[in-house]
Amino acid sequence: MIRVTRKVEFSAAHFYHNPDFSPEENRRVFGKCNNPHGHGHNYVVEVTVAGEPDPATGMVLDLMELKEILQREVVDRMDHRHLNYEVPELAGKVPTCENIAALIWDLLEPRIRQGRLDRVRLYESPDLFADCTADAKADAAPRAPGGRA
Amino acid sequence: MSGARKLSLTRRYHFAASHRLHSARFSEEENLRLYGKCANPHGHGHNYAVEVTLAGPVDPATGMIANLGDLDPFVDREVVQAFDHKNLNEEIAEFRDCVPTTENLCRVIYRRLRGFPAARLERVRVEETSKNSFEFAGESGEARQDTP
Repeated sequence: MIRVTRKVEFSAAHFYHNPDFSPEENRRVFGKCNNPHGHGHNYVVEVTVAGEPDPATGMVLDLMELKEILQREVVDRMDHRHLNYEVPELAGKVPTCENIAALIWDLLEPRIRQGRLDRVRLYESPDLFADCTADAKADAAPRAPGGRA
Repeated sequence: MSGARKLSLTRRYHFAASHRLHSARFSEEENLRLYGKCANPHGHGHNYAVEVTLAGPVDPATGMIANLGDLDPFVDREVVQAFDHKNLNEEIAEFRDCVPTTENLCRVIYRRLRGFPAARLERVRVEETSKNSFEFAGESGEARQDTP
């Protein structure tokens, strides 16, 4: 099996806030990320697809097609946007690394037709990233756990 | 069809420290042969980078596996403040009788961090230089048990 990784970048604004928390609780839990005026990051997304290379083309997947999927599903949706207000899939969620990585997984996973999506790594900064991967244990289990991920 | 997915969160930390690779179990000649210039008696140093990976459910109220407001001070106390601008051989208790290779450093850091209460420690990865890195995910049965 070969893993192919493609990188894409976007810049976006966000802030952390839970309307169920009091203002004090929001400040305590989220710290400076709770600033209602928002702040932003240069996000880097590494998308890894795993599979066997096609013997005829030598490729796991058509990278041009992957590039177009990433442009449409990630960059067009999130680049130079405010993640709290302009990405409907994140409505009602705190736009953390974990939630953005999970959303990107959910957007890409059904669209990868050659190979299979192996990992979405989302960097908020060079020192902080979230990984979203398939949960082999949950897939193999007879009953999927009612997890919160 | 979309299968189940899982998430992890990784945070990178940095410290600078000196060390010397040398074992009292070997003769001076053997130490020199085994560790080369790393056995220089005066020691040398590195800018270490440590990647700490946490796994577990994402709390729907915060969107987080763990709050960096909890993780950063914990790692800062247990690792960064403890190791930064120190001599690993002379000043870190775990290396009194243990060669401070980065393999051993990975294990020491893992064991210092595995008690983090808010999420499960999945892996520690240490870069000794930009060209060498080492990972430790615990021996079988070593990780803190997940609470149901």
